[in-house]
Amino acid sequence: MRDESEFQFRLGIVLLCAVVLAALVSLFYTPFDPYAMNTAQRFLPPGLVHWFGTDQFGRDNFSRAITGARYSLLAAGATVVLSGVAGIALGLFSGYFGGPVEAVVMRLTDALSSFPGILTALVAVSVLNEGRYTIIPALAVAFLPSYIRLARSGAQQCKNKEYVFAARACGASTKRILFRHILPNLMPTVVPSVVIGLSNAILAESGMSYLGLGIQPPIPSWGRMLAEGQAYLLKAPWEALGAGLMMLLTVLGLNALGSSIVMHFTDRGARRL
Amino acid sequence: MKFFAKKIAALLFTMFLVSILTFIAFNLIPGDPVQLMLGTNATPQSLAEMRSQLGLDRSLPERYAAWAVGLLHGDMGTSIQYSRPVSSLLWERLPVTAWLAVLSLLLIFLCSVPVGILSARTNGTPVGKFLDSLTMLNLSLPGYFFGILFVWVFGVLLRCFVPGGYVDWREDFGGFLRFLFFPAAAVAVPNIATAAKFLRSSVLAELDCDYVRTALGKGCGRSAILYKHILKNASIPVITLFGMMTAEVFSGSIIVEQVFSLPGIGRLLISSVSARDFPLIESLVVYIAFFVVVANFLADVLIRCVDPRMREKA
Repeated sequence: MRDESEFQFRLGIVLLCAVVLAALVSLFYTPFDPYAMNTAQRFLPPGLVHWFGTDQFGRDNFSRAITGARYSLLAAGATVVLSGVAGIALGLFSGYFGGPVEAVVMRLTDALSSFPGILTALVAVSVLNEGRYTIIPALAVAFLPSYIRLARSGAQQCKNKEYVFAARACGASTKRILFRHILPNLMPTVVPSVVIGLSNAILAESGMSYLGLGIQPPIPSWGRMLAEGQAYLLKAPWEALGAGLMMLLTVLGLNALGSSIVMHFTDRGARRL
Repeated sequence: MKFFAKKIAALLFTMFLVSILTFIAFNLIPGDPVQLMLGTNATPQSLAEMRSQLGLDRSLPERYAAWAVGLLHGDMGTSIQYSRPVSSLLWERLPVTAWLAVLSLLLIFLCSVPVGILSARTNGTPVGKFLDSLTMLNLSLPGYFFGILFVWVFGVLLRCFVPGGYVDWREDFGGFLRFLFFPAAAVAVPNIATAAKFLRSSVLAELDCDYVRTALGKGCGRSAILYKHILKNASIPVITLFGMMTAEVFSGSIIVEQVFSLPGIGRLLISSVSARDFPLIESLVVYIAFFVVVANFLADVLIRCVDPRMREKA
């Protein structure tokens, strides 16, 4: 099991480094201009020059896919930071104090999580004014309940531990107890859930962009490329497949990393019946 | 009986909160909806008229009460985009989404249980590792990508079905279900992986329990332990998972309907979001959320029926 968790950890790091590197490189250099249209070069199949072929406007799919990586990663990262910080703070406070505060927060969380994730994001997109960054708060609302639950149950478990009493006896403020004493002890569950949250955010963002409600064209995004590629599946399936491949590598990397961290902490041996 | 009363009260309360949240969200919209409906060349008089016609001149609690009463009566106002009552649009589109959800839940159940059990049995062997990798791969792609893949492989290349050739359920029910197979599979694939992974870890967690050691000690066969002892216990968290999965299935079908151009609730929702048709979005959102709440409630009730320990505790 040690081997497997190590293998998954390495796989995750390698895949993520590759994708992040590609996204960073796209800031300075792409093989072709991701926005330049060239009608003479439409629907070229993948080859040495155009790795993922070209799309219906003759744009280079590979350049678009790595530029899209930048926006997908950015949107996912911002989503997780926003919902993670807000959700964990809310969860810690409500779990630690209990009583009516907790009851209110938890009932609202239950109600919020009754909306399927994409539905919350759709509502948020239609309610918030349309803008370039609307997708980030929209997805953050959808991801909020999971972090609230996580932090709240963690705070509940820890609040009667001796180290919390000790800290309180030393005169530590509530803020300090929550964020310097309890939160570090919750890291074994928080870290993997942030990593898995990133992969979910990437999938959700691509779904919204596929529907035309996420990252707006002409900015390339994987979801948008899948939607455009779908229209030309017969002629040029590589646009959709290229974008799908990038998404697969990123999310696989994050999932591998996340599960290796979980395995590291729980270490359920290779038992079997 | 006390348990059910409590559960039903909680259910109703959650539904109430769901409706409040939706109502608040849609009444915080920046900008004047009446201005939006009538355009820029509306006179102040026509604006005021429209406002009182829609009841927008009343206070928020009054409007909520009116809206909630309408909701309970199945009267959800009129769609701006289609100029038709929302309820008639809803009833027209519901069968497509309902059958899609039923088919994909069926597929999820039929595939994830054997795969989950097999991967628990083969944990640590090459077969188990292969299944694990397969699960991991499935979890790394969104359902709608499988939809596009199915359209390409089975629709465009193998010609098993005509992409976009939706068959209406009123004309040919068999053809309708056949057409729904691939969309349902696309919705199901990532969820099969989730459920199988969950069942596997649920079974593995049970292996630690004393009753497994006792059963082994008295000479019970391995298969008998798995199927007669462990599965009963391992199935309890899985039932909860299936309750929660209805939300996932709805999430998935919203996008997958778009991939396969199915005229269901999901497509209605997307088109109403694009057209900013707020009355339609509002009621669709509330009803979908109600459905999810009820599904979770049913899962809770089912667990009580399956697990006698839960009955004694309450």
